[in-house]
Amino acid sequence: MDALEILFTASFWVAAIRIASPLIFATMGELICERAGVLNLGIEGIMTAGAFAGWFTVYSGGDLWAGVLVAALVGALFGLLHATLTVPLGLSQHVVGIGITLLATSLTYFTYRLVLPEVTSPPKIEPFQPLPIPGLSRIPVVGEALFTQTPLTYLAFVSVAAVAWILYRTPVGLAVRAAGENPSAVEAQGISVTGIRMGAVAVGSALMGVGGAFLTISAFNSFFFQMINGRGWICIALVVFGSWRPGKALVGAILFAAFDAYQVRLQQISGGIVPYQVFLMMPYALSILALILVARRATYPKALMIPYQKGER
Amino acid sequence: MRLEPKPAPSLAVTLMFPLAAVAMTLVLTSMLVLAAGASPLSVFYLVAKGAAGSQFALLETLTRATPLIFTGLAIAVAFRAKLWNIGAEAQLYIGGVVTVVLGTGALPLPSAVLIPVIMIAVMAAGAALLLGPAVLKTRFGVDEVVTTLLLNFIVLLFVSMLLEGVLKDPMGLGWPQSQKVIADAQLPRIIQGKRLHYGFVIAIVSAVLVWLVMKKTVLGYEMRAVGHNPEGARFVGILVNRTLMKTALLSGGLAALAGFSEVSGLKGNLTLDLSPGYGYTGIVVAMLAMLNPLGVIASAIFVAGIFVGADAMSRAAKVPSYIADVMVATSLLTMVVAILLTRYRMRWR
Repeated sequence: MDALEILFTASFWVAAIRIASPLIFATMGELICERAGVLNLGIEGIMTAGAFAGWFTVYSGGDLWAGVLVAALVGALFGLLHATLTVPLGLSQHVVGIGITLLATSLTYFTYRLVLPEVTSPPKIEPFQPLPIPGLSRIPVVGEALFTQTPLTYLAFVSVAAVAWILYRTPVGLAVRAAGENPSAVEAQGISVTGIRMGAVAVGSALMGVGGAFLTISAFNSFFFQMINGRGWICIALVVFGSWRPGKALVGAILFAAFDAYQVRLQQISGGIVPYQVFLMMPYALSILALILVARRATYPKALMIPYQKGER
Repeated sequence: MRLEPKPAPSLAVTLMFPLAAVAMTLVLTSMLVLAAGASPLSVFYLVAKGAAGSQFALLETLTRATPLIFTGLAIAVAFRAKLWNIGAEAQLYIGGVVTVVLGTGALPLPSAVLIPVIMIAVMAAGAALLLGPAVLKTRFGVDEVVTTLLLNFIVLLFVSMLLEGVLKDPMGLGWPQSQKVIADAQLPRIIQGKRLHYGFVIAIVSAVLVWLVMKKTVLGYEMRAVGHNPEGARFVGILVNRTLMKTALLSGGLAALAGFSEVSGLKGNLTLDLSPGYGYTGIVVAMLAMLNPLGVIASAIFVAGIFVGADAMSRAAKVPSYIADVMVATSLLTMVVAILLTRYRMRWR
């Protein structure tokens, strides 16, 4: 098949949307945290923990949706720990974030070895199955790509709409955005900046947990070590690329995933002339490139990474 | 709750805080040991015994501490200037690559010349690797955390490509590994027949040199000033961006030495499992040392002891050796809280 023809096949776009789904969840999660003024570098570890928690719930006999819920709860728990250290205590968000990633990852690996001491190949579960939407899934290419996905992918798109609606159309969203831009103004309204920020980090981290779980209970059917493989860091780049707006971040995630799906297919048709590692590097290199391209006009939330102490100027 | 600044505590009190953080870590992780159905006291005893209970254990701990001293120093230097270098892992691997490129017979030099030449080249490569993210930070405002993290993945794939391509050992039975470095490029063992090598001595000397640079030179003063208050540093005439560049060069070079020392002193060749995350663990090492270069030696030995001890323990007790990673990560978080308490008191209202 020709390198360009790939772009017009439905199966390519189906794969792209599937690859985008965990990124969409986690990018929305990071976006909420950063809009409230907290950089959450725990994302990589929280996704790992969510991936394991979701899978293990299903493996131990739980429902698939129970897996999603448990992944969200585990994510929120790590988020609360992150928030406790960075918001009221005002500790370095860089150091704490890396610490949360190390902690969540190592706790996950420890638990995995504890509950499955002897397994050599990771046990499998029955993951979410594709659920074609009647009618819409018949539309050529676009319909097939968007409407023959698993329920969890549909939820990813719903989460973008929900995050956008809450951020721009509700009082809570206004408070979250203000906490990231001008926290004193929030406090002047009688709203607790600490409360808003901690809540945002917990909810954002829950979404990261679900993003991780997507990999183990929807995209694949088992958990293995290092399966997040830098996706969390890519999501941080996607938030910057999307200028902290849910819609733009969604477009970024889909573009990124399309590129990722494309490099896999290019790898297959290149016939081994170019080492496969070059293709595998591309997503990471692309993330760095995207950051450079938008850096000049990036408008960070003004209070991002600045701890807030009541009554302090 | 409010945080109120308090006067700097005495050295003795300051030294208590890492100990308090470690004690807190033991309390927290003992819950995991209980969950694994073992007794915390006996498990921690086994870890301590496995880390320092015999000459063999102690030497193994010092061997494992060697790369951690280098990466710990790299992070301590960078974090002091608030340059968030999370890419020590990549810099370590680049150091390993340069070591095998120059050390497998390309340079016909006597050992006393060859090893310094390799070390300089290794440091230059590591420095160059961190220079990219540092330039992106100062010129374009791109956050160096994300770029250095992403570079870790790119460099590891690059090393994998080299090990399956130009650097592949033709006699390696198909394994992705490089040729062994020649005898003249190897760091000798400190005690014949044991694994501890002169990389450890180089690490100690590096720590002392870095301490001198930080404490006694203008550059060290500028780095601390930039980390403490960049606006103020600029106001007194410090060239902030240039200082950040110098910091990046020093930090990247130090991290790359970890790769050199592992290849040249211990492993002999380059493989994809040269480092089990020494670059990331270096962050914990640096924080436990409160970014003090001399403290890095002690904290690297401590962290290495946990890993070595936990390996020995997990063979005896049925507790997964990942407990070591949990302990190290937990101690990072308890330590940052402890450091906070050295500078502020909490007031509940």
